[in-house]
Amino acid sequence: MTKIWSNRRQFLAGATALGVGTAILGAPRVARAAGEVKVLNWQGYGTDFQAGVDAFQKKTGLSVVHDYYTSEPEMMTKLRTNPGGYDVVLTNCVWNNLASKEGLVQPIDTSKISHWNDLNPAFRDSERLNQDGKVYGVAWVWGTTGIAFNEDVYKPAPDTLAKLWDPALKKKVALRDDAVEVVSFGAIMTGQDMNHPTDLEKVKAKILELKDNVNYLWASEDDWHKQFAAKAFDISTMWGGAAIRAKTGFKLPVGFYIPKEGGIGWFDGLAVAKDAPNPDGAHAFINWMVDPEFYTAWETKEGAPASANPKAMEALPDSDPTKVAASDGDAVKRLQFMAPLSDDERQRYSDLWAEVRTAFAK
Amino acid sequence: MSPRQRQIWSIFSLTGPAYLWLAVTIFLPLSAMLYCSLLDTSPLVPRPAHFTLANYAAFFQKSFYLPLTWWSLQLGFWTTLFCFLIGYPAAYALAKKIKGRWREALFLLIVLPFWSNALVRIFSWTMVLRPNGLIDAALHWILPEAPHIDILFSYPAVVIGLVHSYLPYMILTCYISLQAIDDSLMEAARSLGAEAWTVFRRVVLPLSLPGVVSGAVLIFVPVIGSFMEPRILGGPRAVTLGMNIEEQFTVTSNWPLGAALSFTMLGIVILFFLVLYPVLKKRGAFA
Repeated sequence: MTKIWSNRRQFLAGATALGVGTAILGAPRVARAAGEVKVLNWQGYGTDFQAGVDAFQKKTGLSVVHDYYTSEPEMMTKLRTNPGGYDVVLTNCVWNNLASKEGLVQPIDTSKISHWNDLNPAFRDSERLNQDGKVYGVAWVWGTTGIAFNEDVYKPAPDTLAKLWDPALKKKVALRDDAVEVVSFGAIMTGQDMNHPTDLEKVKAKILELKDNVNYLWASEDDWHKQFAAKAFDISTMWGGAAIRAKTGFKLPVGFYIPKEGGIGWFDGLAVAKDAPNPDGAHAFINWMVDPEFYTAWETKEGAPASANPKAMEALPDSDPTKVAASDGDAVKRLQFMAPLSDDERQRYSDLWAEVRTAFAK
Repeated sequence: MSPRQRQIWSIFSLTGPAYLWLAVTIFLPLSAMLYCSLLDTSPLVPRPAHFTLANYAAFFQKSFYLPLTWWSLQLGFWTTLFCFLIGYPAAYALAKKIKGRWREALFLLIVLPFWSNALVRIFSWTMVLRPNGLIDAALHWILPEAPHIDILFSYPAVVIGLVHSYLPYMILTCYISLQAIDDSLMEAARSLGAEAWTVFRRVVLPLSLPGVVSGAVLIFVPVIGSFMEPRILGGPRAVTLGMNIEEQFTVTSNWPLGAALSFTMLGIVILFFLVLYPVLKKRGAFA
């Protein structure tokens, strides 16, 4: 979910882009406001891919200005405190409903999205991006969370979630330090609904059993790479896209699978913020984001999750690892997609994880 | 302007900016958070808020908060203790045994780590403590058959990292109070027949206690609220109240609970010093 493939290079690229953008637009800002699209997103996550931004400016004359968030609650806070401050905002399948119910995003005019009919209906028409017959997010990319492992250590490749609980794997396992993800895997492992497990005690007991196996809790993709390379763990919960980047970009011996018991699926929708100063520009930018030309450049030059536009996926070479992973129909069927959580559920999952972590630390 | 008026004016003009600054940067945000901790919904959420004490009650109702707090307090205790055991002798040597240029050079070495970023210091410890890291590699170079040292992601790793980060506070505060002890007091004790150990125990240690206490305060308080060092060096085997407070702001967006937990922690710290205060006052630590 938290897809910040932050590294220094991208950070610098983003920072420079932002700096240059502000410097150029600084003085005549009011006059040029119509020529701007303000985007709120994770840093280094596609919308600020430099070649894509440049091509968009060339096509439309609109420049792209970014603001970033580091957690979804922060994204909500920024939308609440800065109405009219953003045009486009990235909301995923968990947060889009919450944002639209609160009136933080406005309905999409699908007639302005020329690729609309091409988008995968499973995501495009999902209730997670629609509400009361209105569309509040344009399905953009989707991905998975499964298990990544060290190919040099595990031969043949494992294929179950239960592998993490293998008593032989003392101090070999890593988890993401994320309450919702941990509870989701605990729920899958105990055969419950991933998003709304009814028996949280069972989930807690199951995760507590991991005490001796867990050696590391990761927070960012960058952490994960470093500790994997340092052999702090051999097997871990991980995003599918990140596992691909670890293998192709960092040449680490990383294998990845969606467990037999089930895996976590997520997708992102690009939304138009309420009171957006440039709604037409926002629609044009979103349309560019689902354009096969943009997507293939992003995926091949920087690495991206799978596009929600099948035509964009077709445009990729057959050897592309994201295309290969996305076309594994059986694995995709095993996914449960993340759903909106109530404040109460989020609090209970967070408390459960805090309780487990306290027990781990004893 | 009479001399008296002039004096009042000068007090105001000299202290005014500092108090104004403190009021704006500390008092106002802190009051806002105190107010927030008494609400039942986060600010900015479009829902009417009501006053409640439920966020403070949660600390006692949820079973994990007490062990979690205890864990944080123990961490503060061990870190402070090791800082004292390592820092005090160093401060003593600097104040009483080493003179001139060498003292300046050694001071520089003590303060040097402060010039680097705290995060960088902690990350460099991960390279030292991990299996096949510096310590482990050095040991195997001497004793190839020795078992692997694997203390990264453990309680000792967190204590090592924190002691390294906070040690200079202890050395500097102890140095200042040791420096202030007149050597003739020690000579007098010796001439009255006291042995070296007795001189230390009866004269030097009691007189330097104010430095030890202020060092301990400067270390203990930030350590129990620390979250960066425990997270990086402790991995799954570290959990502090500070980490849970952060979670209330970034994951659950439950600002009121996060604020209430912060004030509960503040309360624990104040309670801790209230209990210690009579002991310290008697010893003249706050004099």
